[in-house]
Amino acid sequence: MTDHSRDVAIVAVSQTPAYEAFAGPEPVLIMRCVNDLLARTGLERHDIDFTLAGSCDYLSGAPFAFVMNIDGVGAWPPVYESHVEMDGAWALFEAWIRLQLGDIDVALVIGSGRSSPGNNREIFALQGDPYLTAPLGLDPASLAGIQARALLDADLATEADFAAVVERSWKAAADNPNAMVRRSDSADQLLDQPYYAAPLRAHDVAPVADGAAALLMVAGDRARELCERPAWIQGIEHRIESHHPGFRDLTDSPSTRSAAEKVGGGGTFDVAELMVAHSHEEIILRRALGLGDDTVVNPSGGPLGGHPVMATGLVRVIEVASRIADGSAQRGLAHASSGACLQQNLICVLQGDD
Amino acid sequence: MARPCAVIGTGQTDYRKKLDLTLDGLVRWAAIEALEDAGMTFADVDAIVIGKAPDALEGVVMPELSLADGLGAVGKPIHRVHTAGSVGAATAITGATMVESGRYDRVLVVCYEKQSEGNATWALSGGKSGGQGAGGTFAPWIRSYIERSGAPEDIGWKVAVKDRQNALRNPHAHLRIKDISIEKVRDSPMLWDPLHFLESCPSSDGAAAIVLASEDVARKSPGKPAWVIAHAKRTEFGQFPGRDAVRPQAGVDCSAALYKEAGITDPRGQIDCAEIYVPFSWYEPMWLEGLLLTPINEGWHMTDNGDTEITGSFPVNASGGVLSSNPIGASGLIRCLEAANQVRERAGDYQVDGARVALGHAYGGAAQYFAMWIVSSDLQPAYR
Repeated sequence: MTDHSRDVAIVAVSQTPAYEAFAGPEPVLIMRCVNDLLARTGLERHDIDFTLAGSCDYLSGAPFAFVMNIDGVGAWPPVYESHVEMDGAWALFEAWIRLQLGDIDVALVIGSGRSSPGNNREIFALQGDPYLTAPLGLDPASLAGIQARALLDADLATEADFAAVVERSWKAAADNPNAMVRRSDSADQLLDQPYYAAPLRAHDVAPVADGAAALLMVAGDRARELCERPAWIQGIEHRIESHHPGFRDLTDSPSTRSAAEKVGGGGTFDVAELMVAHSHEEIILRRALGLGDDTVVNPSGGPLGGHPVMATGLVRVIEVASRIADGSAQRGLAHASSGACLQQNLICVLQGDD
Repeated sequence: MARPCAVIGTGQTDYRKKLDLTLDGLVRWAAIEALEDAGMTFADVDAIVIGKAPDALEGVVMPELSLADGLGAVGKPIHRVHTAGSVGAATAITGATMVESGRYDRVLVVCYEKQSEGNATWALSGGKSGGQGAGGTFAPWIRSYIERSGAPEDIGWKVAVKDRQNALRNPHAHLRIKDISIEKVRDSPMLWDPLHFLESCPSSDGAAAIVLASEDVARKSPGKPAWVIAHAKRTEFGQFPGRDAVRPQAGVDCSAALYKEAGITDPRGQIDCAEIYVPFSWYEPMWLEGLLLTPINEGWHMTDNGDTEITGSFPVNASGGVLSSNPIGASGLIRCLEAANQVRERAGDYQVDGARVALGHAYGGAAQYFAMWIVSSDLQPAYR
């Protein structure tokens, strides 16, 4: 394995608001982002060498839903592109790998989803082992409740800590024009709410949204030509853990830690955007990553302020890249996750020019 | 810069209905066989790439999550590709890219489908919205090809017979029709005019796996490596006014890009054999043209002359092809794998004599997704 990575940077980012229910089709969400990226950079569609999109057919209830999404990108004349049935953050991973080959320079990365036509709690219960757990209807929120309970039982957190995560996230989301939640309840008020998947309350679960996110990633000096302050990708890696909760220490996230170590995740970060789909996950992730008080966590409000499923992980990267682009951060970490109880985790470390 | 990558191990289940195996069992069968071929165990693998057609075919959402344990992926990256019918070849290409990037030295690529656990035709017909299914989509384009090219009606029957005869040499093949004949194909029920039942692919279960490795690792591997010389992918819209669905531009562009990267100037002369995605008989001549192996409207002559038979001048689908086994999500990888096995001299009873350069091809969606690769027994193929 070699560590001589080609320099690749994020030069432009775009995201739609997180919509409770977007009335149009998914390609419209994508097209808005793509058009926005082209306008920002002055590039044309034919300047894009490679496109990689992440989405989930099941959200739309159509087995080849991703095929329609190409309408939002444009594919005539024919284009060089691919698709992952994963969050857009994994599309970023594969596109970054592809740019390492050195023959092409400009990649478009997309994550998108419209969850409003279905019921995510039912759909994602089908992520379970199809013979043993899926027939039980064991869904991610219920499993998250079990994980949160494990944290309480290990004295690693209290329910007040969960509420504090939500309070802080909503406060941050108030300043984020793309966030969906517009509430400012205090932690005490939140603790008065009934349980949803005990010990989690409804507000501890990120509100599912429709939305899309996209970015342009460019190699080498062309990145500097297109952008005043590119966000250089110092490293990107992902890891998975066992599917069976009983095989895991649910209070820890070794896959997050291992991915971060692989990409040079040590040192300090000005900002970290974590895919906290359930409030208690922030506590686990902070510990796994060793994040201290000098790192601002989820200044966007994170997924608890709005969770555009399949774009949420890529939005974390975008939020970090934006802060590097505007000079408010020099080095940042983005995290994305897939599966119940943080089964699979991706870490991307971004850095600005000195 | 991209560094060399080779296929150093391959594994396949057989492609017959498997009610006695879980999805885990299915993918492990192929993966373990590929690893043993490469002289490895799961512990040696740096990263895993998994591909399959829509999750709805088995009703398991993001199956990389529940298959992570079975594929030895715990503590490693596992990546999931989905590009419709081309997915198997696209997944192989993603795996090759991961090695070529310099990031990983040993990548396990696994693709599967278990049609016995779902209803693929329901899914391929747009689910609840209803629709015509794959055969219903392709049949009018096939009819259009016949009219354009003036091909005689028996060309499709000949492809159907040839691929099923080849399948009798392949222990993995789903369909093993010992008395296959032109008459039997012709007299089988008409499904989607002009396609008869025996001109269509079966609904198969199965998994395929390959181990991809860097040059250092490949040179030390126990078997003969198949070097990945070039790969290409192209996509176009599934429909728009003026689209040529018989000869999609994305397929033509993909072929041209592939040959350019491989340094191939005369594909018919420089490639020794091909595994082409032919789910319905007539797609053999159609893709021979789309792959720039023959002039427009003349592909059927290669079939008619016997050029595409296993002993012909350009053997196509010596394994029996998609017409004999179609675990959808794996079918593209099987094409890439069989191409590799040909140049590794590992194709057993369907080995093409002297195969040193082979083409693996897959397509998907409304004939709008294309993924292809060229493999060779030589890192520097002789044609260069």
